[in-house]
Amino acid sequence: MEYLIGIQGPDFVLVAADNVAASSIIQMKHDYDKMFKLSEKILLLCVGEAGDTVQFAEYIQKNVQLYKMRNGYELSPAAAANFTRKNLADYLRSRTPYHVNLLLAGYDEADGPGLYYMDYLSALAKAPFAAHGYGAFLTLSILDRYYRPEMHRGGERFILNLPSFNVRLIDREGIHDLEKLTLASFL
Amino acid sequence: MPSQDSMEPTFSLPIGLPLSSSHSVPLPFPMSHGTTTLAFIFQGGVLAAADTRSSCSGLVACPAAQKILPIHSHLVGTTSGTSADCALWKRILARELRLYQLRHGRRLSTGGAAKLLSHMLQPFKGTELCVAATLCGWDGGEMDDNQMTDVENSASLNLEKAKTQCLSTAVGGQQCFGRERSGPSLYYVCSDGTRLKGTLFSVGSGSPYAYSVLDQGVQWGLTVQEAVSIAREAVFRATYRDAYSGNCVDLYHITSKGWTRRNREDLKEEYYREKERQSGDSQRIMVKDFKGKAFRRMGGEFTAHSLALCRKVQSKSLQLGVKGVDCQSTSRY
Repeated sequence: MEYLIGIQGPDFVLVAADNVAASSIIQMKHDYDKMFKLSEKILLLCVGEAGDTVQFAEYIQKNVQLYKMRNGYELSPAAAANFTRKNLADYLRSRTPYHVNLLLAGYDEADGPGLYYMDYLSALAKAPFAAHGYGAFLTLSILDRYYRPEMHRGGERFILNLPSFNVRLIDREGIHDLEKLTLASFL
Repeated sequence: MPSQDSMEPTFSLPIGLPLSSSHSVPLPFPMSHGTTTLAFIFQGGVLAAADTRSSCSGLVACPAAQKILPIHSHLVGTTSGTSADCALWKRILARELRLYQLRHGRRLSTGGAAKLLSHMLQPFKGTELCVAATLCGWDGGEMDDNQMTDVENSASLNLEKAKTQCLSTAVGGQQCFGRERSGPSLYYVCSDGTRLKGTLFSVGSGSPYAYSVLDQGVQWGLTVQEAVSIAREAVFRATYRDAYSGNCVDLYHITSKGWTRRNREDLKEEYYREKERQSGDSQRIMVKDFKGKAFRRMGGEFTAHSLALCRKVQSKSLQLGVKGVDCQSTSRY
């Protein structure tokens, strides 16, 4: 159903998320944005249970911004990922755990691009490519086969069973919106 | 964590939750919120429509319930789920919005109201609280608020600008909360935590039927008349098919000047008109020998047409010298 994918290149991270917000069988919105901007160069992609996604993602987003206001500089992607993981883990064994799966993508001046995979049990892994959702079963094997660390920006391929995707790219200049992928653009 | 005050989820008769309290009959897909409500944005503002049947596990508890509740002059909320929960939370929201207005000197935007409601409902997630509302409002800022003086006006506008600037250094992008956009806006808020901004929503057990009618006809450029007729038609179709929706239809129209309510219309009439239209060919015109009293059926262009025909026959027969001709039209059900 809901689908997230991220691919790390030599100097960029490319992320995409589907656009559907569904409620059982009815698609309530077909242009829903699942990416939350934590800072100029960090994006958080969040899927999972209905209210938890927005609540948790906005909580992290506001806290990252607060850090910047208090300290005058932004959290690095690695720090933001670990902060997110800590929060998710703290809530895991409380009475209100958040059932969310996340991808955190960012560009750090010192460390370069980074992609972090996090699941609802707050397992964190830094990976060159990652995906969430049923589509992940299909795309991960393709990425295993064809991924090369020195991939340039032209050659990406996605498996589609969803009507449209938001695609964004993060590099040293910040976050760029790429063209929204729809079925028509693949025909 | 449950809330600190005494608003714990107590046992109450779940009006509007069909069959889910009996557990014996399995539903084909999750079908809760026995109602049909819809709302959409078009060039003339926001239109909200809902049926008026309040059902309680298979019986109609109230055929004249009110499912669209005004919250303030420019905000209206449709309710779906448990009637009592919806009514309570709407009042709480109205209170909080009024407090905000008194403290800050301006109305909170629809998005802000949606966020407030969503955060207020969040502690009850996982309990039996069931509220699915669409908030339909017009964000106008202070331009159409008569009580604001010019000084306050400019002060709050500067505040807006300052807020926008400060927020844009920290975050930009797709969630620019500091900027007040004026115009119609529509948000769907659910007690499971969903909060969606959109241009067309329908909620309730009759929503699939309403969606099919709305997806066909709703566009930005509709006139008010067309929009009203589409909304009525959508609710009518949903009540036709869905057992838990019915009785009358309520329509609210929100513009920059506030909300206006159209008269509640009984859908029974619409149903009969539909039946007449369908059985149009089987309509018989009987010319009877009465004292010229005509029996006039309510509504339906076809009936009017047949009456006109009837009158023609009547006048013709008077011409020919036949006295006491009566026109009567009957339909077969």
